[in-house]
Amino acid sequence: MADPILELRDVKTHFPVYQGTLFKRQTGAVKAVDGVTLSVGRGEVLGLVGESGCGKSTLARTIMQLVPTTGGTVFLEGKNLTASRAGEVRAMRRDMQMVFQDPFASLNPRMSVYATLAEPLHAHAVCADSEIPARVAELMELVGLAPRFMQKYPHEFSGGQRQRIAIARALALKPRVIVADEPVSALDVSIQAQILNLLAQLVRQMNLSLIFIAHDLSVVKHISDRVAVMYLGKIVEVGPAVEVIDHARHPYTRALVSAIPTADPDKERSRQRIVLAGDPPSPINPPAGCAFHPRCPHATAACKQAVPALVRVDAAREVACVRWQDL
Amino acid sequence: MALLTVTDLRTHFHTRSGVYRAVDGVSFSVERGETLGIVGESGSGKSVTCYSIMGLIPQPPGRIASGTAMFDGIDLLHCRPAQARTIRGKRVSMIFQDPMTSLNPYMRISEQLIEPLLIHEKISRAEAMKRALAMLEAVGINDAARRIRYYPHEFSGGMRQRVMIAMALITQPELLIADEPTTALDVTVQAQILELIRKMQRELGMAVIFITHDLGVVSGLCDRVLVMYAGRVVESGGVRQIFYEPRHPYTRALQRSIPALQQKGAELYTIPGLPPDVSKPLPGCAFAQRCEFASDRCRAEPVALSECAPAHWHACGRVARGEL
Repeated sequence: MADPILELRDVKTHFPVYQGTLFKRQTGAVKAVDGVTLSVGRGEVLGLVGESGCGKSTLARTIMQLVPTTGGTVFLEGKNLTASRAGEVRAMRRDMQMVFQDPFASLNPRMSVYATLAEPLHAHAVCADSEIPARVAELMELVGLAPRFMQKYPHEFSGGQRQRIAIARALALKPRVIVADEPVSALDVSIQAQILNLLAQLVRQMNLSLIFIAHDLSVVKHISDRVAVMYLGKIVEVGPAVEVIDHARHPYTRALVSAIPTADPDKERSRQRIVLAGDPPSPINPPAGCAFHPRCPHATAACKQAVPALVRVDAAREVACVRWQDL
Repeated sequence: MALLTVTDLRTHFHTRSGVYRAVDGVSFSVERGETLGIVGESGSGKSVTCYSIMGLIPQPPGRIASGTAMFDGIDLLHCRPAQARTIRGKRVSMIFQDPMTSLNPYMRISEQLIEPLLIHEKISRAEAMKRALAMLEAVGINDAARRIRYYPHEFSGGMRQRVMIAMALITQPELLIADEPTTALDVTVQAQILELIRKMQRELGMAVIFITHDLGVVSGLCDRVLVMYAGRVVESGGVRQIFYEPRHPYTRALQRSIPALQQKGAELYTIPGLPPDVSKPLPGCAFAQRCEFASDRCRAEPVALSECAPAHWHACGRVARGEL
């Protein structure tokens, strides 16, 4: 991609596993993120999907440098974050902010909306203290909240409104990249649509790059320009959103798409479903070869041998499956 | 005759900040062997309706202010507790949303599985164990003989939900109430669990009440659908009627807000505003404040359900008067 704003090269985040009570020794590692290479363009929305435990949240935290990386590099605007000192990373956070899944847990219940939104402005000293109230009011209007609620506390708001506060907090420093980790999963359908519209509008208005993590593929397809599918710490397919979801090449993506029920009784009852057996395997002890082979309906002996690399199959799409040509 | 007939159920919660009418005059029935979906957003009263039938509402603060729930000639809401106990857990079972908090973390799966059998049937422990093992195999748990001795934390979310289903079905109930059983699960695991519920229903011929907020799940699984809003039924009918000929503006709005059915990149349709506060009196239609078609009459006059086609009911005054 020409001039990406964010670039990951072979990023790995492993968590050590210890055994023994007195003499702890490391017996293994949870390979939550295991060699991810990805890039995000300016003003682009990248959707990241996968089952729980596939490492999508850890990848988000790795991008934000909230967990230490085990290997690989993260570049933001060409600057290597993984090699930067803590102070430099803090300064870079101005350009990169996060929105979390649960707006009930991610807002401090003892801070009013004003205090929540003023804190980043203070911490990064982006404007004079006297300008802060005006900036807070501006932020609230930006996300569709009336500034007269400035002195209210999180418990006085509904889930959708709280998510708006969390989005306003992320926007306070005018970042260029937002990482949103399942921002609509905790919300009802009708509220979900409101938050999706808000995010799409902000991306356009502020030319933001958005990494949108979700497990709901229909939501991801709607908002994203490109989609990356993760399985057990690795990207298995990446490409333009509509292409990946409507014409999936990797068997896992196909199964994921097929598992979504459609709101149309006749279609739903007549369509062929791919029901995957079992749960995703453990990231401590992943299967040899392609991690998906024990659940894959098309697996052959070759799939058990080597880990398939992400290969370019057409202009914009990459797939990590040795059999992509026959399927 | 219907297996379960609920008539004018009202469940209210008396709290310091007022009386919350969580369920406010709900009526429906379930035939033997059929699947009824109850759809609604959080706070619409779909769970409280089923908790009321099962006698799981804490009283106080809850109070069942009116209504009957006739199950095979017995009113579950007014019969003696001893009589209700012979039905609940035996002829009517329930599974819940979060399989981690609804299994006892201190008990082995085996003990939890045989408990309903030991309570409801004259059966020896050894015999009960045999049935538990067979049930665990039927719900698709591999290596059941070893895993039956596990504790809940040793299972994944999808496996726990399978254990819960095994526990609910071990007494071969005539009615299974499933309260958002797949909401906490991944889509791939959700597909497995839905397939399992379908299979068990075919084998045992039981009726199912499936509570969910996901219209997609309803479309593939249910024969009939009940749409709830603010403690009331706004529309009920066959699954094809609800999806292809929705009459109530709320049902239509709910369908229109599904992202998959909308054009990519276009602004998503949203329902403005928030559901009403059920502690305040709502003289008219509960949806009137958010409805794009609401008139003054909608806000002032109570609306009753009216039948627009055989077995298709809706509670919209304007549709009933032929204005929409």
